[in-house]
Amino acid sequence: MAPFVNLWEYVVDRWDKLSLQVWLHTSEVVQATLLATVIGVGIGIAVYRSPAGSAVATALASAVLTIPSFALLGLLIPVLGLGVAPSMTVLVLYGLLPIVRNTIVGLSGVNPAVVDAARGIGMSRFSVLTKIELALAWPAILAGMRVATQMLMGIAVVVAYAKGPGLGSEVFSGLTRAGSANATNQALAGTLGVVVLALVLDGIYLLINRYTTPRGIRD
Amino acid sequence: MTDVTASASTGEELPRDAAGTASDGTTTGAEITLTNVTKRYPGSKTPAVDDVTMTIPAGKIVILVGPSGCGKTTTMRMINRLIEPTSGTIRIGGEDTQSLNPDRLRRKIGYAIQQAGLFPHFTVAQNIAVVPKLLGWDKKRIDDRVDELLDMVGLDVGTFRDRYPRQLSGGQQQRVGVARALAADPPVLLMDEPFGAVDPITRGNLQDELLRLQSELHKTIVFVTHDFDEAVKLGDKIAVLGEASKILQYDTPEAILATPADDTVAGFVGAGASLKQLTLLRVRDVELRQEAVTVDIDESPAAVREKLSRSHNPYALVLDRRRRPCRWVHARDLPRATSLATAGKPLRDVVSTQSTLQDALEAMLAEGGAVPVTGPQGQYAGTIHLETVIETIQTLREEHNGGDSTGADGGTQQEAR
Ligand SMILES: Nc1ncnc2c1ncn2[C@@H]1O[C@H](COP(=O)(O)OP(=O)(O)O)[C@@H](O)[C@H]1O
Ligand SMILES: [Mg+2]
Repeated sequence: MAPFVNLWEYVVDRWDKLSLQVWLHTSEVVQATLLATVIGVGIGIAVYRSPAGSAVATALASAVLTIPSFALLGLLIPVLGLGVAPSMTVLVLYGLLPIVRNTIVGLSGVNPAVVDAARGIGMSRFSVLTKIELALAWPAILAGMRVATQMLMGIAVVVAYAKGPGLGSEVFSGLTRAGSANATNQALAGTLGVVVLALVLDGIYLLINRYTTPRGIRD
Repeated sequence: MTDVTASASTGEELPRDAAGTASDGTTTGAEITLTNVTKRYPGSKTPAVDDVTMTIPAGKIVILVGPSGCGKTTTMRMINRLIEPTSGTIRIGGEDTQSLNPDRLRRKIGYAIQQAGLFPHFTVAQNIAVVPKLLGWDKKRIDDRVDELLDMVGLDVGTFRDRYPRQLSGGQQQRVGVARALAADPPVLLMDEPFGAVDPITRGNLQDELLRLQSELHKTIVFVTHDFDEAVKLGDKIAVLGEASKILQYDTPEAILATPADDTVAGFVGAGASLKQLTLLRVRDVELRQEAVTVDIDESPAAVREKLSRSHNPYALVLDRRRRPCRWVHARDLPRATSLATAGKPLRDVVSTQSTLQDALEAMLAEGGAVPVTGPQGQYAGTIHLETVIETIQTLREEHNGGDSTGADGGTQQEAR
């Protein structure tokens, strides 16, 4: 049990710094998810009516995911420098796929008769989109956001390599100092922190889902 | 038996002023005219609707009927500009629809479709309230209107107001769909196979209710169906459409049944045209007989026996204190009877003067003979006999074969009384 006692002591000892990292990590991932949602839903809205457009958008978003995050970061650092900008860009790009895909699935899953009735009784195109189509696609979009957040939790560790904020800096500095005092504890604290955070955020998603899905379409 | 509501084809109308408002304040129908309307979908060589010109009279139900793919839906959707005509003019109440903002135009036109298309994330009340909200009504007025409409379409306010669409049966969803279409009291109602997806019994009920509503509301209703029987039942006028919405015949159901314009229409009308005409005739249109012996429920069995033997009639019809028929009693039941309230057998079927001859025929077949007919308050009005119906069918058939039936009210008026 000794290593865990040590880890516990380490965490208590460095709580001020660690809690800041936890906060920064969360904030980075949440912001990236929100930004990816705005962009992803926008793309979804732009393409969902056209099967070809939908296929292209989904393929592009998938292509991003096939680039290793490290490589993508390496490509971005020369352009954007070190710090928040390249990490955020990578996170948003990776977060797009589940959100774009789920937005398309959600919007094209809306019963055409419902949309026809909405137009037919005199709702404007914008109202139909916001009050009917997006409202009905919302559970799917939220599910996409949830997947994105989970993914970004881990990827945010990697992109901290570019001197981005968050628990990744703990992991990296622990790994680079391997062998020296507390190095393992530092890496472990960072890693476990990410896992715990991911679980907490997932729980929050369940609550959001519960309270934002209208009763008429809740399972 | 069934309480079939007055067909709207009887020509009785509420008084209304020039603005198309009935005496009770609801908006009544506006005339719709289509002039040389054509729709060519991009990428298709032949037009889906080719040069259609027709007038849909104010306050009437006009049915567009024709085979699948003939352009009924396209024609109807051009009226509220869900589809823009390629050429031609459509006017509602004299106003060119192209001169209006399409969203605003649609808020003044009720729209009901086959799968109802209710918003699944809105309650029944919220679904109905959409258009009034768009029109900026205040909350109190909207709430009152929702309750009034639920009542109008036969849904209990307490039970259904706060339900979600998925908690309703198909027929109930259609009722809500109709309520939503009527919400802002539009002069015009477009209905695209609204009862196409419900079971036959529910469909029959919904059709009866639509006729009842229309007899109060006098909207201009454009109703699309591919079911000719539905067209006959509901239509004041029927437009039988062929390819590209070509109007093969546009006339009253009576006239189309009696004299189909050509073989295509005749084929569409189908077999048993004269039987179908029975659904157009009401019991009040034919002669009732007064030969049945009627007795009061309070009379003594002995007195009734006396009456029957005097009239050489084996049966007497027992009427209750409000003169509603309630039982048949046979002479041989009487010696053992203590009271007319229990003697003989209760009536299984009664038809009213409002019932169709079809209903009366069914009742007669069930009863095995003449059936008592009741008037407006349920009081006894006479009996209807199988021979009367057979004579009526014969007359109709002669007219049909002779082809001498006139347009508008041909077949029916001749038979009246
Ligand atoms: N949006 C569309 N684009 C192209 N063709 C269409 C479209 N809608 C309908 N059509 C074609 O127009 C014709 C008439 O269709 P429709 O009006 O739906 O017929 P109906 O309601 O009588 O079944 C059909 O041949 C159909 O394939
Ligand atoms: Mg159709």
